[in-house]
Amino acid sequence: MPAPRQDLLILYAHSPDLHSRVVSWSRYDGAGESKHTSGDSDEPPYDSVVEAMRDGWRVIQFPQQYPAFPGMEYRTSYLRYEYILEQLKEI
Amino acid sequence: MVDRKYLLDTEQMANFVADGYLRFDKLMPAELNQAAHKQMESKELERPERGKPFPGAYAGTPLGEIFAMPEIVGIMESLVGEAPLYDHEAIHIVPPSQERGQVWHGDAIIDLRDHFDIQFFYFPHDTPREMGGTMVLPGSQYRRISESDIGRYQNFRSQMSMVCEAGTVMVAHHGIWHCAQPNLTDRTRYMFKLRLNPTVRQLRLWNMADMDDVDLSAILHKNHEWYGNEVRIEVVNRIRQWRFLTGDESFDVGYWMSRLDNMPDNLTTQAA
Repeated sequence: MPAPRQDLLILYAHSPDLHSRVVSWSRYDGAGESKHTSGDSDEPPYDSVVEAMRDGWRVIQFPQQYPAFPGMEYRTSYLRYEYILEQLKEI
Repeated sequence: MVDRKYLLDTEQMANFVADGYLRFDKLMPAELNQAAHKQMESKELERPERGKPFPGAYAGTPLGEIFAMPEIVGIMESLVGEAPLYDHEAIHIVPPSQERGQVWHGDAIIDLRDHFDIQFFYFPHDTPREMGGTMVLPGSQYRRISESDIGRYQNFRSQMSMVCEAGTVMVAHHGIWHCAQPNLTDRTRYMFKLRLNPTVRQLRLWNMADMDDVDLSAILHKNHEWYGNEVRIEVVNRIRQWRFLTGDESFDVGYWMSRLDNMPDNLTTQAA
């Protein structure tokens, strides 16, 4: 019986709104059908998380929202609105 | 001290604060690039002692000549003063047919100071896109991250690959996010990176003659597309850095910091 493999698409959105613009993106293909690396595309595969959902990607992780840590109210660090999506592929 | 004409101007400094880097295309003459390229291929380089003054390093070699050029010294003095300390350097080599890019990273661990180190990136030969170039993320220098903790990210809107001709130099804030790009050609790619530490307070070191002519608000409000909803906080980061560089603690653009500086709790109530 064929074993499904995860193809992961990580989209970083402008805001917590799933309709908002994608500002950063990564792809990790566990099926090995495509190779991805840093800097391999200047335009995202989808303009928003919802657009990816409409193309068959399932959201498997939402970013949690926390108030800023004391001292970090006006500092920036990692991208905050990270959505992890998957497709399962038969190999 | 180098002739003032070689110092950075206010517009360049403001762009450095907004973007985290400046690039100077084809700054070095062809002969010197070829000689430096050969030196990098041979890896013949006498390393200075870390933490000692940098001026005079690599003397008698092409790389020594490059880093003693007034154009480079002017950049150095504008950002980290006249006698910065040598931190480290590296000859970066990307072999031919290298299909994977390096993961995104910063070269520092979390650094809470307003003081910053600089890193020179010198490209001794033409670097077309298929050969990679170092990719940088404009405006990423104030993010508090540690080295390759950002390695999960692959692409950002407004990322910029240093596609350039021989003799190009980039100078960057030590916090800039960057990564080496794949080299799909049949030639080895070289890049020389040098980090320097300031030894003076980084206060009004550049040529400020154009201070009143520069639209600081437009430059410091620059919105790099990958910021998303955090662009206003990045503008605050820049205002804070500009205050540090100029000593003007009331400097602001767009009223962002003035609003935060307003402390009505500390005022006594006026008598009726």
